[in-house]
Amino acid sequence: MTEPLLRVENLQTHFASELGTIKAVDGVSFDIPRGGILGMVGESGSGKSVTGLSILRLLGSRNATIAGGRIMFRGEDLLTKSEAEMRAIRGGSISMVFQNAMTSLDPFFRVGEQLVEVLRLHQGLSKKEAREKALNALELVRIPDPVAKLKSYPHQLSGGQRQRVVVALALACEPDLLIADEPTTALDATVQKQIIELLQEINQELGTAILMVTHDMGVVAHMCRTVAVMYAGRIVEHGDVADVLRTPQHPYTRGLMASVPRLRTEAVGEGHVRQRLYQIGGSAPLPLRLTDGCAFAPRCPEVGPECWEVDPPTVASGAGQEAVCHRRAEEKAALTEVVQHVGA
Amino acid sequence: MTTTTLGHKAVSPVAAGDTVAAHIKSRSRPALMWRALRRDKAAVVSIGILVFLTLVAVFAPLLAPYDPLDGDASQRLEGIGTPGHLLGLDGQGRDILSRLIYGGRYSLTVAVLPVLAAAPIALLIGMFAGYFGGRSGNAVMRVLDVLFAFPVVLLAIAIAAVLGPGLSNVMLAIGITMVPYMARVVYTATVQESAKEYVEAARAAGATQAQILRQQLMPNVLSPLVVYGTSLCGLMIVLAAGLSFLGVGVTPPAPDWGVMTSDGRSVLLEGYGHVATIPGLVILVAALAFNLIGDGIRDALDPHKQTS
Amino acid sequence: MAGYLARRAGSMILVLLGVSVLVFLIMQLVPGDPVRTMLGPTATAESIAAVRADLGLDQPLVQQYVSYLGGLLQGDLNTSLTMAQPVAEIVFPKLGNTIILAAGALVICLVIGVPLGVLAATRQYSLFDRGAMFLSLAGASVPVYWAALVVISVFALKLGWLPTSGMYDVREPGGLGDLLRHLVLPAATAAVVPTAVIARLTRSVMVEALQQDHIRMLRANGVPERQIVWKHALRNALPPIVNIVGLQVGYLLGGVIFIEVVFSWPGLGGQLYTSITSNDMPIIQAGVLFIALVFVVVNLIADIVVALLDPRTREAVG
Repeated sequence: MTEPLLRVENLQTHFASELGTIKAVDGVSFDIPRGGILGMVGESGSGKSVTGLSILRLLGSRNATIAGGRIMFRGEDLLTKSEAEMRAIRGGSISMVFQNAMTSLDPFFRVGEQLVEVLRLHQGLSKKEAREKALNALELVRIPDPVAKLKSYPHQLSGGQRQRVVVALALACEPDLLIADEPTTALDATVQKQIIELLQEINQELGTAILMVTHDMGVVAHMCRTVAVMYAGRIVEHGDVADVLRTPQHPYTRGLMASVPRLRTEAVGEGHVRQRLYQIGGSAPLPLRLTDGCAFAPRCPEVGPECWEVDPPTVASGAGQEAVCHRRAEEKAALTEVVQHVGA
Repeated sequence: MTTTTLGHKAVSPVAAGDTVAAHIKSRSRPALMWRALRRDKAAVVSIGILVFLTLVAVFAPLLAPYDPLDGDASQRLEGIGTPGHLLGLDGQGRDILSRLIYGGRYSLTVAVLPVLAAAPIALLIGMFAGYFGGRSGNAVMRVLDVLFAFPVVLLAIAIAAVLGPGLSNVMLAIGITMVPYMARVVYTATVQESAKEYVEAARAAGATQAQILRQQLMPNVLSPLVVYGTSLCGLMIVLAAGLSFLGVGVTPPAPDWGVMTSDGRSVLLEGYGHVATIPGLVILVAALAFNLIGDGIRDALDPHKQTS
Repeated sequence: MAGYLARRAGSMILVLLGVSVLVFLIMQLVPGDPVRTMLGPTATAESIAAVRADLGLDQPLVQQYVSYLGGLLQGDLNTSLTMAQPVAEIVFPKLGNTIILAAGALVICLVIGVPLGVLAATRQYSLFDRGAMFLSLAGASVPVYWAALVVISVFALKLGWLPTSGMYDVREPGGLGDLLRHLVLPAATAAVVPTAVIARLTRSVMVEALQQDHIRMLRANGVPERQIVWKHALRNALPPIVNIVGLQVGYLLGGVIFIEVVFSWPGLGGQLYTSITSNDMPIIQAGVLFIALVFVVVNLIADIVVALLDPRTREAVG
């Protein structure tokens, strides 16, 4: 197997707080191959956004530190890069799109000026060349009337158009990897779908790999090839989307799947569609991790005594699907025993 | 949760949050503000300075080594550190320290009292215009606009000049000058607060206009007014002394700090800088103290800063 | 844009009318008889009555105001009570000198205050930030008249670098160099308080501007921090800064009274001080009126600049 485009190994991102060190990302590892799409799902506070920001080292606030791990991008560790080298990478070979489409553009500059600024910065183009490339970028995101849009201010565009411009800004320099942090949450449902489809098309046309950070299982099912489920700063399950969605292993993933609303066509009673939505009890914890044990234990329907005290092991099931859970480990051990027994 | 593994690490964040919330609920707003303010070292030092200046002014007759009005011409203009006269003597041979001690009686009163007196008037005007709005509220704000066309210092000087010098006239001039500015702060806060849901909820629950104004709006409008008023006291110390400096405020030979600075001006060119410099420095310190307290109260009231 | 201009100009005229009414009324409240002041203690009752009739002071108040306003609009500001000269001839040249002083101070405010605030905002909670903000709070608390005296005693008397006074007429043969030499100390002193206020406000709006989403987007696109701060964040923070600068002009126009008195600057403020001492009401009236006029016009300009700066309002007000 060739080297992946991005390999994150045992990433640790910590925040200093009054309550102690918050391990927002606590030993996260994953790969994204060239042209791949990885979905990263979890509740707010699970550390999925912080993971995305850590890759570009954009944590900003003074009390956030990347305390350990490696972020190998095209074979080089981003954590050893200087700030100037990182600036060349940001927007150049790795781009990021954030969730607030309405406010992600500078209201005081024209769309064209903002595109030209980034293009000239990374590719050292002349003004004329940059303008041409800016136009290409707008065409790429299929914005209607791109020539006129170059001269527009952000407030003159609709929410969907603004998000398309943001995507154009991120893709202008043809990056290898796009980190999309909930890029559709602030948008209408129909616009959401368009943006998701746009990202998919771009992935196919340009081969841009995408790290899709989202809380929406639907988005993952729609566009991702692999998925990682985060809970309290750790990946609790990962694998191919088809496997994880069909046979979720971790109780948290099962809960997430059960809480995705879906329309059934079967008629209930007098043609009403009726289904009770599953809800995971309790709320996401602050990842302070004061004790060992599984962080999901307080909310887990399958919790046992060892879950409170011992870190759960990683259990593989099927092709590349892995979950971190005592219950699954037990079941697998029991199964192996049966198999051995039968075999003996 | 089993207790054996927890030990001293057992402070769950949820439980800690609950106790903090309970703690906050059990306290009144001023008490809370005071708690936050106490952590602001600059504000605490400033309060200390102002309390000190006030006490010194109150007990001036006990503390002042000399008569503030009686000079000894033979020792005139002797500098800082003259035996018996710590801060030296002025152009008429009066002890500068004694004049400073008595001066607080004028300079502090002239600045703080008008602000205190203007506050209820401003509250009335601002809340009326802000809450009822409409034509009458608008008319009130247009009248205030006319007053805002005059720079503060100029308006105060003009009013003081018209009223003539004297302690009560300066205070009147400063009070009149301040009302529109304080009213605007109240007006803005009232307009903002009136639009919030809790006012809507009170109205829906059948509260009368008077109840809404007094019980819902007043406490929330008061906070910005207190912050503004405190900083204003600092500005007014400077301005009031300035009026005295120009001769339209407290009249000499009263040892107001502004009068003292003015006295020092005539001997400054002769090379006796201390006569003007010392009282000016005291004005600066008092004004800065009020400003630091104002800043501290603002931060203490700011929910975003409460924990930091 | 034209509609917006017309509306703003209309409300400005209303404010100025109010200002003229107020100035007129305030002067009516002055204790003592201006005519008696003018003619001195030896005047007879008949001569006083004659002058009163001559000046129209025996007419009803409203009529007096109307003729006062009529005179104003024709540039007639009455005659000085003490200098036997039309007020306009005294006031206008002095107003010019005051504007020179205030403009000089304003340049200092902008050159120091805005960068200081920006730098403090980019280093929020650092030692530099804390130091700069404490200094500017202290600066905002400085009594100008005291600062003027300190400046004179240090720079002019002890060091002898620059003149403390002697600016008699800007159009004197000394020329621009001489004017600037005389301008440095008074303008720098007048600038202390507004510089401090502008620095504090710039810091707070810059802190806010730097937290906006599009700043994060720029960082994610690898735009250098310096460009983010000085091009994007400052551009976003500019409208409120322009507003506060407009308001600080008001402070300057009031504060220069002290500066002009202490540095003997031949401006309107110094003239006001002299006229207050001699109770020369027509000059006080005109002086206050014109300072208010300049202030109102400056703020109108500031409002228009703010509207033009923002592409959203530029379109909306058009």
